[in-house]
Amino acid sequence: MAETVATSPPHMDEGETRRDFLLIATGVVGAVGAGLAVWPFIHSMNPAADTLALASTGVNLAPVQVGQRITVVWRGKPVFIDHRPEADIKAAADVDLSKLVDPEPDSARVQKPEWLIVVGVCTHLGCIPLGQKSGENRGPYGGWFCPCHGSMYDTSGRIRQGPAPKNLVVPPYQFTADTTIKIG
Amino acid sequence: MEAPTWKNPVIGWIDRRLPIFTMMQHDLVDYPTPKNLNYWWNFGSLAGIVLVIMIATGVVLAMQYTPHVNHAFESVERIMRDVNYGWLLRYLHMNGASMFFIVVYIHMFRGLYYGSYKAPRELLWIIGVFILLAMMATAFMGYVLPWGQMSFWGATVITNLFSAIPLVGEYIVTWLWGGFSVDNATLNRFFSLHYLMPFVIFALVFLHLVALHTSKSNNPLGIDVKGPQDTIPFTPYYTAKDMFGLGVFMIVYLGFVFFAPNFFGEPDNYIKANPMVTPPHIVPEWYFLPFYAILRAITFDLFWGLIPAKLLGVIAMFGSIIVLVFLPWLDRSPVRSARFRPIYKQFFWIFLIDCFLLGYAGANPPEGYFVILGQVATAYYFAHFLIIIPLLGFLERPRPLPASISAAVTAKGAGVPARSAAE
Amino acid sequence: MKKILAATALAAALWAPAAGASSEAPTPPSVEWSFNGLFGTFDRGQLQRGYQVYAEVCHSCHALSLMAFRNLQQIGFSEEQVAQLAAQFEVQDGPNDEGDMFMRPARASDHVPSPFANEQAARFANNGAYPPDQSLIVKARKGGSDYIHGILVGYRDPPPEGVTLNEGMHFNDYFPGHQIAMAPPLSDGRVEYADGTEATLDQQAKDVTAFLTWVSEPTLEERRRLGISVILFLIVLTGLLYALKRQIWSDVDH
Repeated sequence: MAETVATSPPHMDEGETRRDFLLIATGVVGAVGAGLAVWPFIHSMNPAADTLALASTGVNLAPVQVGQRITVVWRGKPVFIDHRPEADIKAAADVDLSKLVDPEPDSARVQKPEWLIVVGVCTHLGCIPLGQKSGENRGPYGGWFCPCHGSMYDTSGRIRQGPAPKNLVVPPYQFTADTTIKIG
Repeated sequence: MEAPTWKNPVIGWIDRRLPIFTMMQHDLVDYPTPKNLNYWWNFGSLAGIVLVIMIATGVVLAMQYTPHVNHAFESVERIMRDVNYGWLLRYLHMNGASMFFIVVYIHMFRGLYYGSYKAPRELLWIIGVFILLAMMATAFMGYVLPWGQMSFWGATVITNLFSAIPLVGEYIVTWLWGGFSVDNATLNRFFSLHYLMPFVIFALVFLHLVALHTSKSNNPLGIDVKGPQDTIPFTPYYTAKDMFGLGVFMIVYLGFVFFAPNFFGEPDNYIKANPMVTPPHIVPEWYFLPFYAILRAITFDLFWGLIPAKLLGVIAMFGSIIVLVFLPWLDRSPVRSARFRPIYKQFFWIFLIDCFLLGYAGANPPEGYFVILGQVATAYYFAHFLIIIPLLGFLERPRPLPASISAAVTAKGAGVPARSAAE
Repeated sequence: MKKILAATALAAALWAPAAGASSEAPTPPSVEWSFNGLFGTFDRGQLQRGYQVYAEVCHSCHALSLMAFRNLQQIGFSEEQVAQLAAQFEVQDGPNDEGDMFMRPARASDHVPSPFANEQAARFANNGAYPPDQSLIVKARKGGSDYIHGILVGYRDPPPEGVTLNEGMHFNDYFPGHQIAMAPPLSDGRVEYADGTEATLDQQAKDVTAFLTWVSEPTLEERRRLGISVILFLIVLTGLLYALKRQIWSDVDH
């Protein structure tokens, strides 16, 4: 202490500057540390390794009749598989793209025209649209109808009317054989 | 205390309606603190910071943990393996518990040494004892959650303590368990209470601070503050000192977390709980060992079997903490700090060694030499509070106290150590 | 013993002499593991050989339920290799459309299937003994890696004179009580290593122990790596805080 007592009165300014510098340097280093320390807490809430590695879903399409729709689970969400009849394929292809909210040709949404595969989650607020079971309301465009806020999808899963901003999402999938697919 | 005027109009607006800034200024900045506090005074704020770390890590761990006997162990291992930085959060929480007790025990022994429990700080001290009890309950229930062998058998042994209560003991144990053994219902309620208790501790800590800022900090000399020349404002002086102490503490704490994370743990707790097999040597976590030794020290009935050994052991164990509540009145000495109590100072160190001996006895199987050690150390533990301390109040002649903190400090500054100046 | 050390940490080794508590079995020899010390890391080649020993020898009795095949990528197997290694095991899946459970080859995301359906089946197949799950075996045993290695190399046949073994038991130097139900699992040349390492008993024991150490604590390397930077950072910060504290206190007599 003696040394600082002796030096501080004549060199007051120097001492002040040194303290300011120390304060700022320590503050900056401390703030960086605190900021970095927060990251593990935030990142722990991101999907964990086991969740990310969740198995892809394999589906055998052979038993699905023309006109039949089935639902499979992929990453905890429903995936709609529609074995579309000729009429539905034609209706989907013939739509004037300029009239669409989210213009996308049907050909860009399917790998084989008879199989439409989309994630069955309404792009508005995440409800599951009706239309999978025969007899359910499919809406005026023959696709799906979301009962929550009335979004209507066509036979290509594109939004035609209602509050949803985007078409039903096409998940990544590939045909592993003629009638089997792997989603994810 | 006059409300400061705030330059920033927004702060001023808020403060006139809700004086949080005035309170912060008053209690965290201006708070007049004795200028002679040594580094043992760092451990109070350190304990508060550890509590915050425990709550923060605990909240995110609870997001990943599953309180079910079939999934608890695996969910903890999922945290360790699959959750991003889960291993870090879990090790922080696990070692944080040990650090919390180290810090709090040092904080308490500091209070014992410098007489911080004496008037006018009796309630401050008693709230502290309740914080310790709440911490113990929290730590015990938290240790059950990973559902390892030690979790399960620790829970079984400790809950069975209550069966020692005459007449209703068995019913109480069944009620605690929510069944006929430690099982899923027990695990679920322990999880619920383990999540609740830290907030109870938080509330108690708040009361602890209110009491502290009412009676003001004790100091190494144990004498009252005589005027402004004896104190300095908390900020920047003690904030700077506490932050430096925090840095040193974090190096120790994270040293364990990153390089010896299982140092305080038991290998058996990495074996999933098996209600059919008791591990050969069950021990509680290290911070319970002295109390565990006291529990096991009582191997004899009292009053011709009227109070069986089992009940007596439980009474002794809880009594060893409850006796702290009465300490302010057991100690009749008018002098606070052991610096001026030559005989008490000796007994303080003997008592500290006695606590380590108890821990040593608690860590070892109750056989042969360890039984005697546990019994002698237990007897001494109670004798310290119930015989030695009251007697010292009458028999000991304290050394003369310095006139004031600043007088003692000036004497030290002049090259004369405070202690010899006081003599 | 750790408890004592923990307590003494507080009081500067007040009770250091107490650490020599006697135990039933002799201390297993300490091995120079690559992961020893504060900065040790795993030897990838050794871990891969160890996995081979586990899969070909240990797996017939011991589960490894906490490890997923995808984890093997961390010890240097490629994605394709992991898929191949996984496909050597069958796991139960289902129910299928008809409501039946069925077996299929394991995928990277699957956990290692257990050799027995449940503890009862395991005990029935092993004369009443239960081969423990090995996912955490190194952390769950006092002595850790050295102990596991010691058990694997510590068999003595015939047992030392004067020792009568119970039916179906084997003599092991390092097992508490010396009587272990597990028959000697390893012998020279029990597996054939692809990398040309000679598969002596000791080599196999070391490899599989290293592998099990990794399975017990797969984040060990990440933990130490992060730890070094964190501690260095804290030393700098604490140094600054100390300088700041001294500056601030320079005008106070205390």
